[in-house]
Amino acid sequence: MTKLIMTVNGKKVSRDVPDETLLSEFLRESLRLTGTHVGCDTTQCGACVVHVNGTAVKSCSVLAVSLNGESVTTIEGLADGGQLHPMQKAFNDNHGLQCGFCTPGMIMASVDLVAKAKAAGRKLSEDDIRHGLEGNICRCTGYHNIVKAVAQAASEM
Amino acid sequence: MTVHKSLPHDSGPLHVTGAARYVDDIPVPAKCLHLAFGLSTVARGSVTSMDLGAVRAAPGVVAVLEASDLPFANDVSPSAHDEPLLSTGRVNYVGQPLFVVAATSHLAARKAVRAARITYAEEPPVLTVDEALAANSRFEDGPRIWTKGDVDAALAKASNRLSGRIEIGGQEHFYLEGQAALVLPQENGDMVVHSSTQHPTEIQHKVAEAIGKPMHAVRVETRRMGGGFGGKESQGNALACACAIVARATGRPAKMRYDRDDDMVITGKRHDFRIDYDVGFDETGRVSAVDFVQATRGGWAQDLTLPVADRAMLHSDNAYLLPAARITSHRLRTNTQSATAFRGFGGPQGVVGIERVMDHIAAHLGLDPVEVRRVNYYQPMAGATWEDGGSAPRPAASPRDISGTKAGRGLAFGAAHSPASHRPVANTTPYGMEVKDFVLHAMSARLLGSAGYAARREAVAAWNAANPVLKRGLGFSPVKFGISFTLTHLNQAGALVHVYQDGSIHLNHGGTEMGQGLFQKVAQVAAARFGLDTDAVRITATDTAKVPNTSATAASSGSDLNGMAVRVACDMIRDRMSVCLAEKFALRPEDVVFDAGEVRAGDHSMSFAEAAMACYQSRVSLSATGFYKTPDLSWDRIAGQGRPFFYFAHGCALTEVVVDTLTGENRILRADILHDAGASLNPALDIGQVEGAYVQGAGWLTTEELVWDDKGRLRTHAPSTYKIPACSDRPEVFNVALWDGENPEATIYRSKAVGEPPFMLGISAFLALSDACASCGSAYPDLQAPATAEAVLAAIGRARG
Repeated sequence: MTKLIMTVNGKKVSRDVPDETLLSEFLRESLRLTGTHVGCDTTQCGACVVHVNGTAVKSCSVLAVSLNGESVTTIEGLADGGQLHPMQKAFNDNHGLQCGFCTPGMIMASVDLVAKAKAAGRKLSEDDIRHGLEGNICRCTGYHNIVKAVAQAASEM
Repeated sequence: MTVHKSLPHDSGPLHVTGAARYVDDIPVPAKCLHLAFGLSTVARGSVTSMDLGAVRAAPGVVAVLEASDLPFANDVSPSAHDEPLLSTGRVNYVGQPLFVVAATSHLAARKAVRAARITYAEEPPVLTVDEALAANSRFEDGPRIWTKGDVDAALAKASNRLSGRIEIGGQEHFYLEGQAALVLPQENGDMVVHSSTQHPTEIQHKVAEAIGKPMHAVRVETRRMGGGFGGKESQGNALACACAIVARATGRPAKMRYDRDDDMVITGKRHDFRIDYDVGFDETGRVSAVDFVQATRGGWAQDLTLPVADRAMLHSDNAYLLPAARITSHRLRTNTQSATAFRGFGGPQGVVGIERVMDHIAAHLGLDPVEVRRVNYYQPMAGATWEDGGSAPRPAASPRDISGTKAGRGLAFGAAHSPASHRPVANTTPYGMEVKDFVLHAMSARLLGSAGYAARREAVAAWNAANPVLKRGLGFSPVKFGISFTLTHLNQAGALVHVYQDGSIHLNHGGTEMGQGLFQKVAQVAAARFGLDTDAVRITATDTAKVPNTSATAASSGSDLNGMAVRVACDMIRDRMSVCLAEKFALRPEDVVFDAGEVRAGDHSMSFAEAAMACYQSRVSLSATGFYKTPDLSWDRIAGQGRPFFYFAHGCALTEVVVDTLTGENRILRADILHDAGASLNPALDIGQVEGAYVQGAGWLTTEELVWDDKGRLRTHAPSTYKIPACSDRPEVFNVALWDGENPEATIYRSKAVGEPPFMLGISAFLALSDACASCGSAYPDLQAPATAEAVLAAIGRARG
């Protein structure tokens, strides 16, 4: 057991957790933040992506205690109060989702992709988006509307 | 009207905020147990000893059950009762559940199963098609054979003849949400089950048998699945039954979700096929006869193999009028996962067979593959000839009544129409069904025009002449897909609609939501019947206590069946309201109009909520069940004769690829698609289905390769070794449009089913790869599926001779 103190979606949380607890498990089981999904258990599918200090991380393969003192943002923390993040709105408006299981991870990965490009002063091309999301699998949409959604949000972020 | 509108998915706002709940997200009561199966590690044999002492002693373990501990039925089969939940001693594949552990956490249960000490008496497994044929290991007495005409005579007379073989691999569903179930024990031994399933009634049925209760003791609820694709039609039975048995034994809630590796190892996949063909044709490529032999590996238990293999036979004509045909189908029993439903349900495999034949004929005669397909097409329905396709989009036909089964029938097809055609033969399928709604001539012409086929064909030839290493290819494929369950009694659906006194509407039906947008499409129907926006309609979880005896949400039938059932229920309530309001204002019921959020009765106008309140206060029932059954079906699967389908849905695709001839690596450059969803209930959702289906279909035939070793172990049991199309694999240019026709049959608002048919459009990517390989030499490349880089490289070698 380790005493874990973490900032999650802007709020400080403190829990005693077994050392082997995965971040995804901690978020889902201890904090009941079930928007972070576990799809493949092995960092392949990207359904579990969250932000750690603003950077996209696959939470199914990170030990929670390794992030003691860090700041984590999940899909539940992305909206600003009742106001959806531009990426959330774009996925909804562009039909960039079907079953929805990949959506939270896809959105978190996309926000990171756009933010990184912006920070580097680069404009994201469609090709950048396609390759930037290679680590997130969607089995429903064929990705077409996901790329459209990310491109739209990138112009608004 | 809310129908024919591109409204977003109803759960969109929940999905983008992470608020949508899947089974594993539902808060569970205290003391919930978590389950894991112990799995067989050999493919065939018997268990000689099973020491579970260390499992029982492992931390967190509360109960361990073997087959002998099961109180009632030990059966999770959806068909032949040949699939025990837990092995009774025989093992039939690597991954077969032998025992189940219930522990205080998911991890504790998974760790504990690894402590089992099991010994086996191994036997040589039956793994391949050849091994199964040699051992006569199969699911029916012998092969199923359907025949049209005198095939042998026609083949003997043909001026040209070719034969060949194509191997077609299976496919892992990889629904993003793995299989999951949660069971909550109730008073009196009843059970409430939350299951990620396409078939809640089947779960209810199997759970009831497993706990020795009637079906009324089990209520199954399914709000949504994180993808299904057919993989949740029968494969969820084991989890729900195991949870119910544990809940019964311990009195505690029980939950099970497969870890991804377990999911891939335990559950069934798409059937792989080997198809041999022998075809006769003339100088124009027109087929006079074809003889197909299909062999499929059904795995260890029957599951849905018989109807899957039937559907492969039913689609071995695809879009082509075959004057004579024989289709022989071997349904083989092998020591592998029990192959199951997967989008298309055997249809895609049958279609690949005949598309390979068309490809081979074109290559043999040196003709354009599009032209060979065109001369073999079924005769078109009125207004759907090749020439019609080149023109500008036609105005939509005048709306006809959607309710009658007679209206519209015969009108559209009554005129004897034949495009100055050549063929005296009847326009019938190999199973004797007349094709009356064929629109692929016009669709193909339109697509090939908008995609610039002729010019691109020349550009590809020029590119290939100029580039020695990178070769391009174009592939065109049509699809004609039969809509209806081939087990006729499944073509029924029910709905339950309540109008509350405040005018809000509660909607329930037997269909399940797996991302396809069914709930939204059906809500659009309900809203349209009352003249309201979809906001007025609350779509609720599928629930066996609200609508009983449902069929699986499968065979693309979800909106056809449930949309109609909901319409019937809504109209019943609307008619009662009309009668009530007409009486009140001394009018005729037909003078009461529901439109634009209002109810107008003569000069009186009121909100729908006011109308609902008035009817409630007049003691009118505002609740109704609706029921629908598809008309005019008759089918004899043994004889292979009848009308198994209500109608056909169509589509066509043109794909361009580039292949690196040094490595076989390849890429889809562009895909153009025109798909027939009838008068679409929701074009945005339907286009989404088409796009997703194309990529999934192309994945099946290109990168997705299942590999079993010689011990029967699946070596591709995670996405690290099984390559699912990623964002960068989708076509760089992707143009998808819907055909502007409507369903001549009286379906819900003249729409057509859309879930499965576009899956087969991915075949164009395979054909494009074949085309690129063919450009490397003069021999037929004989490309096999999936066309992995290795398979492409081998095909290039064959083309070069």
